[in-house]
Amino acid sequence: MENQFFVDSEYLSSEALEKKHRLESDPSFRKNHMEYMSGMEIIESDVCKNVMAQMNSYDYSEYTADDVKAALEHNTCTIDDFKALLSPAAEPFLEQMAERARLETSKHFGNTVYLFTPLYIANYCENYCVYCGFNCYNHIKRMKLSMEQIEKEMKVIADSGMEEILILTGESRGQSNVEYIGEACKLARKYFRMVGLEIYPVNTDEYRYLHECGADYVTVFQETYDADKYEKLHLLGHKRVWPYRFDAQERALRGGMRGVAFSALLGLSEFRKDALASALHVYYLQRKYPHAEMSLSCPRLRPIINNDKINPLDVHEKQLCQVLCAYRIFLPYVGITVSSRESAEFRNGIVKIAATKVSAGVSTGIGDHESKYSGKETDGVQGDEQFEIDDNRSLDKMYQDIADEGLQPVLNDYLYV
Amino acid sequence: MNNDKLIIGGHEFNSRFILGSGKYSMKLIEAAVKDAGAEIITLAVRRANTKEQESILDYIPEGITLLPNTSGARNAEEAVRIARLARELGCGNFVKIEIMRDSKYLLPDNQETIKATDILANEGFVVMPYMYPDLNIARDLVNAGAASVMPLASPIGSNKGLATKEFIQILIDEIDLPIIVDAGIGRPSQACEAMEIGAAAIMANTALATAGDLPMMASAFKNAIEAGRKAYLAGLGRVLTRGASASDPLTGFLRD
Repeated sequence: MENQFFVDSEYLSSEALEKKHRLESDPSFRKNHMEYMSGMEIIESDVCKNVMAQMNSYDYSEYTADDVKAALEHNTCTIDDFKALLSPAAEPFLEQMAERARLETSKHFGNTVYLFTPLYIANYCENYCVYCGFNCYNHIKRMKLSMEQIEKEMKVIADSGMEEILILTGESRGQSNVEYIGEACKLARKYFRMVGLEIYPVNTDEYRYLHECGADYVTVFQETYDADKYEKLHLLGHKRVWPYRFDAQERALRGGMRGVAFSALLGLSEFRKDALASALHVYYLQRKYPHAEMSLSCPRLRPIINNDKINPLDVHEKQLCQVLCAYRIFLPYVGITVSSRESAEFRNGIVKIAATKVSAGVSTGIGDHESKYSGKETDGVQGDEQFEIDDNRSLDKMYQDIADEGLQPVLNDYLYV
Repeated sequence: MNNDKLIIGGHEFNSRFILGSGKYSMKLIEAAVKDAGAEIITLAVRRANTKEQESILDYIPEGITLLPNTSGARNAEEAVRIARLARELGCGNFVKIEIMRDSKYLLPDNQETIKATDILANEGFVVMPYMYPDLNIARDLVNAGAASVMPLASPIGSNKGLATKEFIQILIDEIDLPIIVDAGIGRPSQACEAMEIGAAAIMANTALATAGDLPMMASAFKNAIEAGRKAYLAGLGRVLTRGASASDPLTGFLRD
């Protein structure tokens, strides 16, 4: 069964509603999602072509148990081996895959698990992405933090002991321009050892500016690599431009960022194909930029405010685990992040197999860290959340839980040079 | 054997086991010092760059030499900056240069390593460069002022042992500085083998960090390294040396 994404808010004007309905029902009313908008930088790159050729020709039903066994026996996991490991034929081999994945993880990362927390500084958004709580037609409390408010949030988070922060905004250049984000990065450098960004894709020179402000890692989720499906889910706004988003990591690296992170939002389209494309996006970019640090995430669809029925469809925990094990075996050197979208039990289990980074003390709302961390009511206005989280453990609790599993929680392993 | 010291940059050490920094934990440091007898412990500056830093530095026992490394550096310039930061943090004058332009295999960039060695040696650091075993590069490192040369045995963290044995042997034969085998040593027998052929010391981390019983593995490494060193000093029997020698002299027929 497909998700029912369309929800009409009673607060929308009749004009807005009419436009929304037309966007939803009339493809000709929507902009060409493969066409760059003005101001968007076009770079020469063959990465997209390579990834798409592999994804389009991938028929996961062709793979058999023998292919999976062979893949598990090979020292080096080829692209074809990886395809076998992602296929339904690999499902009965999940335990063997987990064993191999654990071996690879320990070879490259030992028993360390890195901790970070996201900080949403604004939730304004100019896009209509039908599954997202921040979408411009969703009636939620919108907010953009001032620099004073950002600093207050950062102090609260830093006091909890956290040393790595991921700054997020809704995708609105109008409300949260590059300078605003740059100033937030400069503040973050005062309080944290490592600063990452998960914002709308920008041009190379803007990534360079943000890097100079203190950010060194850029996360951009492609959501789905199936461009036709993407077109049906991202109906309005600059985010609709699929190829500009695809090249974001490459522009970030050219802008001097040390590392980049990738993901598809599993549950939007065929998850095996999206997982294949996500990993190959890493694979081909790594060959082109061998110095860069790469990491993968694996978010699944979650319920949002005003639509609690959104779910990850056929991507159950077993399938998610299969994808993560396959990622680890194919790309043993990449970081794998598992967010608080997943349950505490799942995260406790997956850090022993494949994941190397987890978030803690998470809020996906705006300006609510003090109330969430201290439990006390604050008079300040707060902005609504992007999606519902599952695992709400604090940093202290997460740190202790990881240590109790015999693993080593790490707050920082990074220098800005 | 009591006078058999490892000398790096004028500093004397009794132990020939150096703890690497890859997989760090307090338990590992404790086992390395107590059970493997380590006198030098590597510390990744990037990893020490934390609020926990004091506790890591505090934990290093008296008399242990800290060897900060420049992991995270992608070129000479970054390595130099990290080394200077290490000195500011109070980590002493030793520095292990690690420069990687490859996030997949973490293979060292030899060219950039020479540049960084030159700059840091001139600034008074005791420079210990990690390198891919290449004789020409090793000579350049000597000329740049290195205090030792640290060739890799196999890819870092791989536990694959002396994959580059022939080339490390060449460095041992040709370079007058201590050759310290770094990266890839996965088991005590491999450490022993490297010591037998004349390596001055062994650096390892993963092999200990991922062992079932950490202190016991640390002690196994200590014994293996000592055994290999003794064998080297004793002079290996002819079966084990390179090339063959006949049991009767080939030139015995010569009369005058």
